[in-house]
Amino acid sequence: MIKSALNGLVGLLSGIGHRMIARTWRLGAGARLFFLTLMYSGESFRRFHLTLREVYFTGVMSLLIIIVSAFFVGMVLALQGYNTLQKYGSSEAIGVLVALALVRELGPVVTALLFAGRAGTAITAEIGLMKTTEQLSAMEMMAVNPIARVVAPRFWAGVIAMPILAALFSMVGILGGYLVAVPLIGVDDGAFWSQMQANVDVKDDVINGVIKSLVFGVACTMIALFEGFDAPPTAEGVSHATTRTVVISSLTVLALDFVLTSFMLVV
Amino acid sequence: MDRIKIDLWVGIFVALGVAALLGLAMKVGNLTSSKLGDTYKVTAAFENIGGLKPNAPVKSAGVLVGRVANIGFDSKAYEAVVTIKIDKRYAFPKDTFANIYTAGLLGEQYVGLEAGGDEDILQEGDKITQTQDAVVLEKMISQFLYNKASEPNTDSKPSDEKADNASAAKSTELGDAPF
Repeated sequence: MIKSALNGLVGLLSGIGHRMIARTWRLGAGARLFFLTLMYSGESFRRFHLTLREVYFTGVMSLLIIIVSAFFVGMVLALQGYNTLQKYGSSEAIGVLVALALVRELGPVVTALLFAGRAGTAITAEIGLMKTTEQLSAMEMMAVNPIARVVAPRFWAGVIAMPILAALFSMVGILGGYLVAVPLIGVDDGAFWSQMQANVDVKDDVINGVIKSLVFGVACTMIALFEGFDAPPTAEGVSHATTRTVVISSLTVLALDFVLTSFMLVV
Repeated sequence: MDRIKIDLWVGIFVALGVAALLGLAMKVGNLTSSKLGDTYKVTAAFENIGGLKPNAPVKSAGVLVGRVANIGFDSKAYEAVVTIKIDKRYAFPKDTFANIYTAGLLGEQYVGLEAGGDEDILQEGDKITQTQDAVVLEKMISQFLYNKASEPNTDSKPSDEKADNASAAKSTELGDAPF
């Protein structure tokens, strides 16, 4: 009786231990892939059309989802903001509210979440399938480094595309907020923009938003690449890897956002 | 998808991104509005600066003429020393009066300059001698309450009850004013 209970406990503990070791191993392997990617990045800049192709697939193809969702996010922000602000008789501050919320937080974060869902999954599935169909091994047989040829261009494409998408998200969101606030609700046009300009700082808000989206770009793309590269070469393995990409990217983005914000507000 | 088409689309994409960033900087941010040209620095000593912060606006007649460069403490006179930089386009006489005002009831604090009549103008490094401190709301309220409490209690007569009611009505009216 006692013996079986003890055995169960030992099993539980060793299960936790195994998991921890596996997670730590994956973290180390991910970091190794990151450094290898940086090391072999020269190739992806020398043959820039490879990177441009990936910018097209991750960035340009994400434009529609980013712009449409930014528009709706901006409009909802303006509606909700107006609802509260008019109670205090300061509905002109709606422009400040929409702009600061988008530029500081929602722009980079929502873009990164959408990017993980739209482009990250595609990267993972593509590389996972390349591995399953032994295309990566074939490349190695032909003395082509798969990290230089497949991973690095996708990495840099993600890093380039994310800040552009985030800036577009913020700008389109603000236009959406403007559309609701000024023609629909009737907030004064001049007050909307001038209050925004008085309260949004280029260095503190806009540049920090760009820095955030750069960091998210590195994190999201790297997670997607690693999950694809590490996926077991089976149909099930690739599908699990794709799921993990979305889950881990989203959690990483939200956690990183907190860390970055706390640094930016303190300094 | 051939390479030329991809290049074109990526070009459009990057151009859109640059346009969005420029829009954020110009239309949304304060890149265009808060530019000061060459400046000169003057100092002013205040007994109390309230909530004044570095980079707060310096205004004269409501127009932005400069910014607060830095705020120090003079440990000999126990005063706050505020260094302000003023745009070189604007000259002020030596006997300019510096006040600390609050924008709106609860807004940020800023320095207001009121020109005097002196013929000499302020130069780099000069000190503004005539200053007025920030109004601290708590101080004013406590002073007001203190004065109220020390007033002789004259309205105890029953005939004054009406007037008392009237003033009470007035005060609630003020209290409901939409600040």
